[in-house]
Amino acid sequence: MGSRVMTQQRQPMPERPADERVRDFDEVPIGYTAEMAVAEAQRCLQCKRPMCVEGCPVKVKIPQFVELIAQGRFSEAARKIKQTNAFPAICGRVCPQEGQCELTCVLGRRGEPVAIGRLERFAADWERAHDEVEAPAHPAPTGHSIGVVGSGPGGLACAADLAMWGHDVTVYELFHAPGGVLRYGIPRFRLPRAVLNAELDYLSKLGVTIRTNFVVGRTATIDELLQEHDAIFVATGAGLPRFLGIPGENLLGVYSANEFLTRVNLMRADRFPEYDTPVHCGDNVIVVGAGNVAMDAARTARRLGAENVTVVYRRTRGEMPARVEEIEHAEQEDVRMHFLLSPIELRGDDDGWARVAVCRRMELGEPDETGRRRPVPVEGSEFELPCDTVIVAVGSRAHPLVPDTTPDLDVSRRGYVAIDDSGATSKPGVFAGGDIVTGSATVIEAMGAGRRAAESIHRSLTGQEPPNGNGG
Amino acid sequence: MNEIVSKEQIAPDTWRLVVRAPEIARRRKAGQFVVLRVHEKGERFPLTLVSSDPDAGTIELIFQAVGTSTKLLAALQPGEDILDLVGPLGRPTHIEHFGRCVVIGGGYGMAPVIPIAQALHDAGNELVGINGARSADHVILVDRMGAICQRVEVCTDDGSLGRQGFVTAVLQEMIEADERIDFVLAIGPTPMMRGVAELTRPNGINTVVSLNPIMVDGTGMCGGCRVEVAGETKFACVDGPEFDAHEVDFDMLMRRQRMYDGLESDATRMFKPHSTPLDAPAHEGCCCEEDRPDGK
Ligand SMILES: Cc1cc2nc3c(=O)[nH]c(=O)nc-3n(C[C@H](O)[C@H](O)[C@H](O)COP(=O)(O)OP(=O)(O)OC[C@H]3O[C@@H](n4cnc5c(N)ncnc54)[C@H](O)[C@@H]3O)c2cc1C
Ligand SMILES: Cc1cc2nc3c(=O)[nH]c(=O)nc-3n(C[C@H](O)[C@H](O)[C@H](O)COP(=O)(O)OP(=O)(O)OC[C@H]3O[C@@H](n4cnc5c(N)ncnc54)[C@H](O)[C@@H]3O)c2cc1C
Ligand code: SF4
Ligand code: FES
Repeated sequence: MGSRVMTQQRQPMPERPADERVRDFDEVPIGYTAEMAVAEAQRCLQCKRPMCVEGCPVKVKIPQFVELIAQGRFSEAARKIKQTNAFPAICGRVCPQEGQCELTCVLGRRGEPVAIGRLERFAADWERAHDEVEAPAHPAPTGHSIGVVGSGPGGLACAADLAMWGHDVTVYELFHAPGGVLRYGIPRFRLPRAVLNAELDYLSKLGVTIRTNFVVGRTATIDELLQEHDAIFVATGAGLPRFLGIPGENLLGVYSANEFLTRVNLMRADRFPEYDTPVHCGDNVIVVGAGNVAMDAARTARRLGAENVTVVYRRTRGEMPARVEEIEHAEQEDVRMHFLLSPIELRGDDDGWARVAVCRRMELGEPDETGRRRPVPVEGSEFELPCDTVIVAVGSRAHPLVPDTTPDLDVSRRGYVAIDDSGATSKPGVFAGGDIVTGSATVIEAMGAGRRAAESIHRSLTGQEPPNGNGG
Repeated sequence: MNEIVSKEQIAPDTWRLVVRAPEIARRRKAGQFVVLRVHEKGERFPLTLVSSDPDAGTIELIFQAVGTSTKLLAALQPGEDILDLVGPLGRPTHIEHFGRCVVIGGGYGMAPVIPIAQALHDAGNELVGINGARSADHVILVDRMGAICQRVEVCTDDGSLGRQGFVTAVLQEMIEADERIDFVLAIGPTPMMRGVAELTRPNGINTVVSLNPIMVDGTGMCGGCRVEVAGETKFACVDGPEFDAHEVDFDMLMRRQRMYDGLESDATRMFKPHSTPLDAPAHEGCCCEEDRPDGK
């Protein structure tokens, strides 16, 4: 492509105005038009040694798919991405690109990097809207059977690859609907359920069986599953909530972010009483934490009608782990951010409802093991913030059920499953990946781990390398 | 999946279901429960596994139709499926040979007592049952208790069957008469469980209660079911549901159980059995068409 218009500015993402979108749960970014996508794709320099790919955890063939978009070959672009990333419509929406491919893109050194995430989303959405998403021809069955525990991105990515290579795959999920965090955690205004459901349809076209309402460790143990399956992939995530351990945390109106989001995303409490599950969301909401989970909780509270939503974080803006886009969107939606603040006690009224969060100011001290400056309390700086609802989003823990019921499965100190480079655990035939191994990380890292484990499982069962050109 | 094999009304608002669920039936232990959902817009709610028949692949549920979800469940007919059924959840009861045990059930709490009493009986314990209810027609499961207990004391609030008064009065008499009591199990309304705990506390009688906070997932992932036991926060669905009665903060449990009361009664008011997506066939004599009978 010789005649490229060099523009420094990336194509802005069209978005719904904040005052409109806080009144519903529809998606916030509208998506590029074909013209915008082509224009953005034409900014790419088609580097010989593309740095963007270095930044991508699963090494998506970025220059190639971007070039296909520049040429208007949108569905082909989607299929190019799918060679390494089975779920581009999801990743294009939820990956922290600013810390991955877009961080390392060379254009970012002088100006704005190529909007790789938006292009990824565009290509996948185009394919879904315009083309019958092809299910690859069913390969000859290998006769091997694999059980996947957990239907989050890690489990789904592993299942997709194994099914594509002719294995018989069953995914076990404890909830009544599959998707893991993509279903119960990430709100629909960031990831419309039509997108998730389309990916699940694709899996069923591949012949994957999903068994919901099945708690591995309770309904059946890993040892029992090993009698039915030749190998198991454990991707049970880090879904257990952490609390602050401060007085008053069990008052009414205090939620873990997991419960608050599950009630709304999975159980549709936003549509109570049409749906039977209620959620309590007062006018003054305090969200503790500053990751994606906290932003999702805060923005959900706004959509449930809360007037004053305040995020309380013990460090500063620079340390916020949330995606930049989420922080910007939250602020546009009038979510207030209070930095260098930590709640030390919640106080309730006579009926036991949380009414006041006693907070203490913090200052940044010496760097800690993560390299971030450690927040230290400022003595005597306590003050009170009024609240009706408090949502605690300060991280999560490993789901212990599988390790606890599988005696010969080695875990690390904090309960995460230990694996080797191939994804194999200490127990023969059992592999693991995603948040249950790494602790809370990202969708794409969980998918990457699922795919690596799929390769290892294929190798261990067939003694052969996985077929090329996976991902249809 | 989860087909209702049989259905029986055992008290004015209490139902017994036998449901096909072979995997759950195979693994169920005393003290465990299932989480159910009865229609596409329904909530997840827990019910105790009263018994199971691994050979027939069935489980038994006994429940009181108190609100939206339980009334919808009561509206299902044999041959229909329960939409979602997951389990067995929760820690199995710690069973040992205690000696002489008093097993106390109040109202629907009698249902969750049965499997534990059965396991205690199977472990060679000697059992005395106390079976309490509002009135004669609400007394349930006396025969089942009779089969495993040396004696069963029935009491009703209005005296219409057995003795008049609360289960705690019976227990108090036993304690005052210096009857040997090595272990007490009490399941029922929270005030009743607290009453039992207060009675056995002075003598330090080993007492276990099964807590019923509001649950969502039932597997430890939300923390909605948290209770305070011995000053520590526990998740009832994975750390319990049974706890040492003398260490439970019952006030907090009661408050948390009422968290959605205003809202839930809205839903109950909205409840119309035949306009639900269930499309349940018309049925007669079902309590779901009434307002909540007990006005709870
Ligand atoms: C609210 C929220 C927002 C987030 N936002 C982002 C984002 O924008 N971008 C991003 O990259 N990452 C984000 N993350 C992180 C990301 O979602 C996770 O890193 C990712 O989902 C991990 O995938 P996984 O497959 O390992 O586990 P999960 O997605 O946690 O899935 C695990 C599944 O296993 C099931 N399970 C657990 N135990 C059992 C059992 N014993 N038997 C059967 N099933 C079981 C669980 O129910 C669950 O469905 C977010 C996380 C949360 C909570
Ligand atoms: C581990 C566990 C085991 C249980 N086992 C049984 C069982 O075997 N049989 C049975 O009948 N019930 C059992 N329950 C209680 C049952 O889950 C509730 O009755 C049910 O969730 C009520 O749902 P609903 O939508 O019908 O009523 P809701 O509309 O949710 O509530 C209606 C009214 O019922 C009362 N209520 C709600 N939840 C509870 C509760 N958890 N305990 C007491 N009262 C409540 C409240 O006063 C409320 O206003 C158990 C609960 C737990 C946690
Ligand atoms: S580094 Fe940036 S400019 Fe270079 S190929 Fe990748 S996306 Fe294109
Ligand atoms: S019900 Fe969710 S943690 Fe117990």
